[in-house]
Amino acid sequence: MAYVIRRVFSVVPVMIVVAVIVFLLIHLSPGDPAALIAGDFATADDIARLHAALGLDEPLWRQFVLWAGKLLRGDLGTSIFTQVPVTTLLAQRLEPTLSIAALTMGLSIVVAIPLGVLAAYRAGSWVDRLVMVFAVLAFSVPVFLVGYLLIYGFAVQLQWLPVQGYTRLSSGVWPWLRSLILPCVNLALVYIALITRMTRATVLEVLHEDYIRTARAKGLGVLPVLEHAVRNAAIPIATTVGVGIALLIGGVVVTETVFAIPGIGRLVIDAVQHHDYPVIQSVLLISAATYVFINLLIDLSYRLFDPRIRY
Amino acid sequence: MKKRLLASLAAISMTAACALCPGAAMAETKTLRLVPHADLKVLDPTFTTAYITRNFGYMVYDTLFAMDEKGQPQPEMVRDYKVSDDKKVWTFTLRDGLKFSDGNPVTAADCVASLQRWTARDNIGHALSAAGGKWQAVDASTFTLTLERPFGPVLDGLAKVSSYPAFILPARLAKMPADRPLTEVVGSGPFLFKRDEWVPGNKVVFVRNPDYKPRSEPASGLAGSKAPHVDRVEWVILPDSNSAVAALKNQEVDMIEQTPADYIEPLRKESGIAIGVMGRNQAYMVLNQAFPPFDNAKIRQAAAHAIDQAKFVSAMGYPPDLRLDHCDTFFICGGPNETAAGSAPYAKPDIALARKLLAEGGYQGQKVVVMLPSDPVYLNAATLVAIQALQDIGMTLDIQAMDWATMTARRSKKAAPDQGGWNVFVSSASEFNVNSPLNNTYLAASCGNTLPGWPCDKELDALRAQWIAAVDPAGRKALLDRFQERAYQVFPNVPVGQFSLTFAALKSLKHTDRIWGVPNVWVLDK
Repeated sequence: MAYVIRRVFSVVPVMIVVAVIVFLLIHLSPGDPAALIAGDFATADDIARLHAALGLDEPLWRQFVLWAGKLLRGDLGTSIFTQVPVTTLLAQRLEPTLSIAALTMGLSIVVAIPLGVLAAYRAGSWVDRLVMVFAVLAFSVPVFLVGYLLIYGFAVQLQWLPVQGYTRLSSGVWPWLRSLILPCVNLALVYIALITRMTRATVLEVLHEDYIRTARAKGLGVLPVLEHAVRNAAIPIATTVGVGIALLIGGVVVTETVFAIPGIGRLVIDAVQHHDYPVIQSVLLISAATYVFINLLIDLSYRLFDPRIRY
Repeated sequence: MKKRLLASLAAISMTAACALCPGAAMAETKTLRLVPHADLKVLDPTFTTAYITRNFGYMVYDTLFAMDEKGQPQPEMVRDYKVSDDKKVWTFTLRDGLKFSDGNPVTAADCVASLQRWTARDNIGHALSAAGGKWQAVDASTFTLTLERPFGPVLDGLAKVSSYPAFILPARLAKMPADRPLTEVVGSGPFLFKRDEWVPGNKVVFVRNPDYKPRSEPASGLAGSKAPHVDRVEWVILPDSNSAVAALKNQEVDMIEQTPADYIEPLRKESGIAIGVMGRNQAYMVLNQAFPPFDNAKIRQAAAHAIDQAKFVSAMGYPPDLRLDHCDTFFICGGPNETAAGSAPYAKPDIALARKLLAEGGYQGQKVVVMLPSDPVYLNAATLVAIQALQDIGMTLDIQAMDWATMTARRSKKAAPDQGGWNVFVSSASEFNVNSPLNNTYLAASCGNTLPGWPCDKELDALRAQWIAAVDPAGRKALLDRFQERAYQVFPNVPVGQFSLTFAALKSLKHTDRIWGVPNVWVLDK
């Protein structure tokens, strides 16, 4: 428990550093939200007036203090453009983002771990080579290209699945699932490749351990032996899966753009393109916090796989 | 017995299958799904000149006058109007029964407050103020415009299509401070905005406004009846063109508002898809006249002599039938103010003359900063052609690539080009933003608060004022010619080509031939 409390508090300095870096990066980069809001036919006076109205003419340190003050009061701010609170924007995108993350990772784990174990168990055989060729291909081909191919094949030609859009779970399980199949398969290919390779490597290493040799010598069957092997190889796999979940929650811009899924990734990119400072700052900070939190969960999960670990 | 059992099973299966169909409960609702050209960010059409917000305005607000498909202003919310013999007093009376979406009637006081807000922002509004224009409510349905001097384009101003249309909103909102965009949307237009379904970056939803009171005349352009044929309109934001086209082919959307140029020909070959013209656009090269070398008219003339419009529109990727190889006017070829006055020397590029003018203008090879946008693609292509043209006449260029957002911010900076400023950029505008000396704000040369490029020419500005004040058609035409002749001498900007923006729609969508200038979706039916 003390470890958990210590870890939670250690997040504070990390978040402060992230907040300062994010704030400086986006405010010092070229671009001006006032000019974008005003539009193509706005005069310099129009833009200057807008600057003042949005508080963008204040010194940078003052803008930071105002933002940090609001943040400490739990106010993430309001989008400069849409005037919609950032919390609302985030809430709108939470369901699609979590849905994609859960389905993608679920699919990846279900496919990748057995594939990796199989490849390790049959190391050097044609099965192993086939799995590795698939893993290399799935990892190397750009996500957007696979996305377009999936759209062309399953949406445009076969017309089995929609090209774009996200249907909320409240509209029914099948419509929801239907809208997620292509984006999740698209994303899962990358994670399947990654987890398969990781599983193969770690399981292969464990299979050469003395206790596995002993287990085999005692006449234990293939499945019980593999069960021991996978359990002992679980820590690096869990780390990879955890980092994958964090990345998925942080947003998967290309897939969200190709399939028009209103996730957090598109929210951030859109905000970056428009220099919507409150949205970028708050969402990136929350993404960083999520990342740190998931890492903490991964660390804690190690005890499940190896009771010898003590914090 | 067996047959009956099978029939019952089939009926149950079909019911179960239908329960899984999205939108089964709304089978009777006609929904039009349109991919707009951009995401809706700002909801206040008198706050930003962004076209997407203007289009949003046309969905939810109404205007006193509107342009018909011939480009003529027609009464819309106004029942009748009269003008005094000296053309200084205009009296307008509203139609009966007009109602805002909050249930309140539209009154003359609402119109006056809305017009005051519009006057403060719009360039025609500014010109009206300069002519001493004052709006005043007479009774609940009548209001007046009193001028100190005659003002030619009063009705054109009230029917203005673009940046900024004179939308009418409740007085309580129109009187809100203009330094922040309005977030409450209360209009009397054909649709209601469904804020609860709005997901910025993803979807904007409108439903038919039950309180909208259409005119009896049929729809024409933006005028006439705007009674919608569909119950619901969804703007589906699809930032990826490839996905948008695939969604159209898959019939998940009914229409793409702006077809990327390189998709036009492939889509023309699709049997179920029609390509139509949304409106004409003019591309132009803006030269910063606040700093050398383009503070010298001879250097600007030299740049204009380097321009071959055919190369620009071709590079942008528009098929031959959607582009003009050359257009003589600053005011849109085929538009109401087309004129060739002053254009003859620039009908064809003349590199030798351009080099001579550069020398006469004292250009000695100093670096010219060209802002090259990486997006949108067609402006990237047009800027690359401009770069080649300027290099061909011997200019030394400092080409700085940047994204559109950065360029938008940078072009408003008046700093010297070597200190974060710029010399040249290329942009484009809808015909409604360039089709008259008043609408074409990049031609405004009033030596003060003008658009980037900051042109300054008192003669051109005086001619503009005279054109605005002129009320007889012959006098206006003569002044228009003189205005353009002067523009061809001082070049507040350099037109580089005219092309048509196209939409792509399912052939099953009806009346797409009546789309005019902006997505006037109330004419469409499924």
